Parts: sequence; C-alpha cells; structure tokens
Amino acid sequence: MSKVVSELKYSAEHEWVAVDGSGPAGIGISAVAADALGDIVYVDLPEVGSTVTAGETCGEVESTKSVSDLYAPVTGEVVEINDGVVSDPALINSDPYGAGWLFKVAVTEEGPLLSAEEYAAANGGEL
Amino acid sequence: MTENYTALYEQHKKAGASFTDFGGWQMPLKYSSELAEHHAVRNAAGLFDLSHMGEVWVTGPDAAAFLDYALTGKLSAVAVGKAKYSLICDADGGIIDDLITYRRADDKFLVVPNAGNAKVVARALAQRAANFDVTVEDASAQTSLIAVQGPNAEAILLKLVPADQHALVTELKYYAAVEVGISFGGTVRDLLVARTGYTGEDGFEIYVPNLDAPALWEALLEAGEGSGLVPAGLACRDSLRLEAGMPLYGNELSRQGNPYAAGLGPVVSLAKESDFVGKEALGALKTAGVGATIGQKLVGLKGTGRRAARGHYPVLKDGALVGEVTSGQPSPTLGYPVAMAYVDVEFAEPGTVLDVDLRGKPESFEVVALPFYKRQK
Repeated sequence: MSKVVSELKYSAEHEWVAVDGSGPAGIGISAVAADALGDIVYVDLPEVGSTVTAGETCGEVESTKSVSDLYAPVTGEVVEINDGVVSDPALINSDPYGAGWLFKVAVTEEGPLLSAEEYAAANGGEL
Repeated sequence: MTENYTALYEQHKKAGASFTDFGGWQMPLKYSSELAEHHAVRNAAGLFDLSHMGEVWVTGPDAAAFLDYALTGKLSAVAVGKAKYSLICDADGGIIDDLITYRRADDKFLVVPNAGNAKVVARALAQRAANFDVTVEDASAQTSLIAVQGPNAEAILLKLVPADQHALVTELKYYAAVEVGISFGGTVRDLLVARTGYTGEDGFEIYVPNLDAPALWEALLEAGEGSGLVPAGLACRDSLRLEAGMPLYGNELSRQGNPYAAGLGPVVSLAKESDFVGKEALGALKTAGVGATIGQKLVGLKGTGRRAARGHYPVLKDGALVGEVTSGQPSPTLGYPVAMAYVDVEFAEPGTVLDVDLRGKPESFEVVALPFYKRQK
C-alpha cells in the first residue's frame, strides 16, 4: 500500500505540503497519486516568481498511461522549483516525499488541507 | 458486467500485480513499473497472461469455405500450420473484430478474437454457419493463453522443450503454429505454440488448458531466470503494440470504422471467388476511395515536444478540426510522444505537420509512416 508520511499535510487533490515554520512550504504529490499515475515521464511546474492559488491548477504530471493536473494546495509565490525532477520525473515515483518534491511556495494562505490520518483514511494510504 | 478472472489470477496477485478491467476481465495492468516491463520485452523478455482472449474452434468439411464467407480474408488459401490476420465485418462493412486464425488441419481452424468481442464473434460465427457443414465451438472459458515475448523468448521456451523437438520451435516461422511438447509440472504436454504476438518483438503464444496454466506460468518464469524475463502487464502491452503500429480494437477499430480507413484494405480479399459478409459494402467503400481519396485515414503522429497526445484529443490544421487521436502516449523506446489518429486524407501524407489540442494548448505533431518501431532482425 502507498505510503503516507505523517508529518505532512495533504490536499484532496493528492498534493502534500511540508510547512516549515516561517520558511517556504515544500510541495509534492503523494505516493498514492504517484502509484496511481504509473511511471511519470513529464512534469510541468509553475515558474519561479509566479503566484499560485490554492485549489487552482498550476501544472501537470504526465505518466506513460495518463496525465493529471497539478493543483496548488496553498496560495503564494513560487520561490523555488525542483530542477532535478524536471530532468528526471521518475524521482516522483521513486521518492515522492524526498528527491521527488516539486516546488516551494512562500505561503500567504493555505487551502483546505487534510492531516495525514484524514488523507490516508480517504485514499487508502498507509501511514 | 460480471468480472472474469483468468486461471492465473493467484499468480498475478502473488507477483504484486495491480489489476484493471479489460473487456470484462480483471487483468494485470503492471507488476512493478510499466516502463521497466516495456524495456524488458524490447531487450530481454516478458511473460504475458492473455487468457482473456477468445478461442473459437471451427471444424468440419466446410470449415475453410465457411471462414471464407464469415471473414474478410481468404482462409481457404492458408496452409495447414500457418496463421492469418483477418477481420470479421458487419454486412455494412463495420469491423466487429480483428482476429488471428490458425489452420490446424484441412478441416480445422482456431479463431482467436479479442477478449471483449469473444462472445460476439462466437455468436456471429455460429449464425453465419447456418448453411455450412461445420461445428463452431467457443472454447474461450476453458483455454488459457500465455505469451513469451522479446529477443530472449526462443531461448527461454527451448529450456522447456525436449531436445528432439527443438527444431519445431527454432524453425517455426512468424505467423505459424505447431504442437510442441513442453515440460512442466513433472510431465511433458503437447501444446499449441504460435510464433505470433502484439509487441513488435519475436515471441510465442502458448495455448494451454486452464488447469495446466498456473504450472506452465511458473515453469516459464523459472526458465526465464537469468534471461531477464519479467511478468508483463497490459500497460506495457499497450505501449509495445502502439510503438509497433498495431491497432487495438475499441481504439483504432470499431463497428463505425472500416478496414480502408484503418489501413487494413489488404486484409479484405475482394478478389476471392466466394461471397462473404460485408463484401458489397466493402467493395463500394474501396471503389469510392475511402481512406485514400475521401474520408479519413489512420496515421502515425510523432510529437515534437514532450507532452503526449491521448485518445480522443482533437487533431487540428490551422485551428480547424481535421481528425481525432485514437491512442497516444510517450514512447518508452523512442523517447518522444507517439500517437495514432484518424485524419482527413488530405492531411495524411507523411511529413505533414498538424496540431493536437493537448487540453487547450495546441502542440505540433508530424505525420509519420507506421510502425514507429521496427525491431532489428
């Protein structure tokens, strides 16, 4: 069963958010989503300096079998994107909560987020 | 729709497969990574459970004449031991299914339809048999089908074949089948082995009674240890056949489509002496130039960017709708997006640059000749 990391928060659209005190929040997609998509071969991320809005699409993740919109789980300015995952999208499958992170946002407002327990219960993940 | 399980369901579960519904069957989608499985088939070997495919036996003195009438091909011209790719069409020329027919004897053929069409095909054959001295027997429910595909397929299969029968396998031609002794589960059983596939690689398809299928599956996996053999699911089967330019019923082929638009004109034998179901309609489509000078034609599309076209995406020329994608995804072997699409014949020439509407953003694709991938012989 796909892993759900207990220290993170999650959106209903399967993004995870690492809120790091006052610093920018790291964002990625959950192992549940990565496993469902299959082997990810392309990722389109928002640009550094752009503003994303919680609940709105901000990119896409494409696997061999399907394509899925990326939703911003928070509102704020994108301060960094993971170039490693752009050149090697398979990192999202192999390490979705680590090397497969997607981008960081200076959060001005959080969207509705779930705790790890709530997310796992709704999506069949394993804590 | 009721869910059907193949005789190998427990083997798939044990191997960690994730499942998908396909034609009413719970089939393994992938075991680990569909990309890894795809590459294994191209570079080593993959083991597929194809037990969802149908098996319909046609026997009797009129068997050849009957199939000439029921299918679009001239099956009476097929030599015993050989196979032929053919279509079964409606009276109006619509495609009911594409199928492979093996001639096992002068008066005995095995017809293999797709999973989702097996019952429809068996029924259509039974109906069309009314005026022929033949027996049509749907053995799909009792028959499993296991495929070994990839450059190492022959070496793997030979490990289970007694030495004095090796030549039967090594000399077996593409699109031919033979009964071969296969050693598994402590005995040697004679099974029908065909050198056919749906991956663009060399390989074999082995017909086996359900009861023996799990032991054969395990024996093949064991024989493939050290040869890079992995169990392979439907996800990679789809990417492999797309690269090889092979149509999938339900995507490229349908009742609404026709053989000429699909590029399958050569599979329709208008020249055979006998009448056949769909002959008049198909003759008229050909005369009208469908798929050549009028209507649409199935083409290959090669993406110039990284984003892939997917089934049902619109194909545009200068913003105007000129076609629709039937299958598409990033090609694991080639490294760029590939797709098949029906486009208006005036835009079907290789080299033509078209746009595919990728969820609101047009992306340019070039019409290319099929297949995308051809193995080195």
